Amino acid sequence: MAKTSEDLRSPLSRARGLGSAKDGVHHFWVQRVSALALIPLALWFAFSIAMLATGPADYFSVRHWVSAPSVAVVLVLFLGTALYHSVLGLQEVIVDYTGGSMRLTLLLLSKLLHAVVAAAAIFAVLKIALA
Amino acid sequence: MAQLTLPQNSKIDKKAGKTFKAPAGAKDVKTFKIYRYDPEAGGNPRVDSYEIDMAACGPMVLDALIKIKNEVDSTVTFRRSCREGICGSCAMNIDGTNTLACIKPCEDIKGDAKIYPLPHMPVVKDLVPDLTHFYAQLASIEPWLKTDSAAPTRERLQSEEDRAKLDGLYECILCACCSTSCPSYWWNGDRYLGPAILLQAYRWLVDSRDEATGERLDALEDPFKLYRCHTIMNCSQTCPKGLNPAKAIAETKKMMVERVI
Repeated sequence: MAKTSEDLRSPLSRARGLGSAKDGVHHFWVQRVSALALIPLALWFAFSIAMLATGPADYFSVRHWVSAPSVAVVLVLFLGTALYHSVLGLQEVIVDYTGGSMRLTLLLLSKLLHAVVAAAAIFAVLKIALA
Repeated sequence: MAQLTLPQNSKIDKKAGKTFKAPAGAKDVKTFKIYRYDPEAGGNPRVDSYEIDMAACGPMVLDALIKIKNEVDSTVTFRRSCREGICGSCAMNIDGTNTLACIKPCEDIKGDAKIYPLPHMPVVKDLVPDLTHFYAQLASIEPWLKTDSAAPTRERLQSEEDRAKLDGLYECILCACCSTSCPSYWWNGDRYLGPAILLQAYRWLVDSRDEATGERLDALEDPFKLYRCHTIMNCSQTCPKGLNPAKAIAETKKMMVERVI
């Protein structure tokens, strides 16, 4: 069988590849900081939803809840942090399990999806709060 | 990239496996099911069964393998050298776990002993994996003392405290059990260095005598080389020497953060 150009490279050349990207610590750090921030934010969100559910829990009472400035601010923080943490995490999953053009396509799709959801969710809160 | 099913030519041909019966009068028979693959013969791999009289065999899996090779089937191919857990040659997958055949007692295995090569490596023959890339990755982290200061006229001194930091690291024998048990290494082993090599990298990062710490961290800071580790911990679970590569990697990640905050 004819040797391919990959076979003819030395093992060390293959192991070194394109060298270090000198990148990764930022992703690692913000993933952990956002996880830490999500502990109180997610607890607050879950607790708030549970409290809402004890009342009438209809459209108007939820709108009224969101319109309070303190609630709106924390809700925007929660949505932003959760979606940021999600896009970082999903990036890791995509990089782990896919390769080549599939990896690139899924990474772009994931970023687009998260950006659209984040914009829509935060806009919705602001629209109610600022109405 | 993840490959969740075996390629066609790597699937085990269940019908092709041969059985070698125990000699008449055997008292304590144990069956060893051994992965067989010979690239020169072509065809798919198969699993051969060898019935061994444990009353006439040493206690370890390597003893059984040597007995099979000497007395039953000389074509069974495996690596071994020291037969006492210090060279790392006989690393293989025994009873579903990567370990050293020479220090794995046969009696610890319930039922048939299933013996396969280290997972997700190209197979040279039978139980011999191709570790070329693994060794090249070791060379790529430059595992030797690097200094710019003039060479001293006597030993390089180190406090007892600093010397103690190398415990749990210097004992690694590079058998590759950990790296080949790591899913991240399976899926991205072309670029991810894997637990064994990252433990070696950390061994030089914490050596107080080394002067290239920053340079070493630069070379490791990479989404693939280092950050494919997701603390799955298969490495620490399987290490036949009881070392903890996952901790070495976590400490390396802490050093990376220390540089930026």
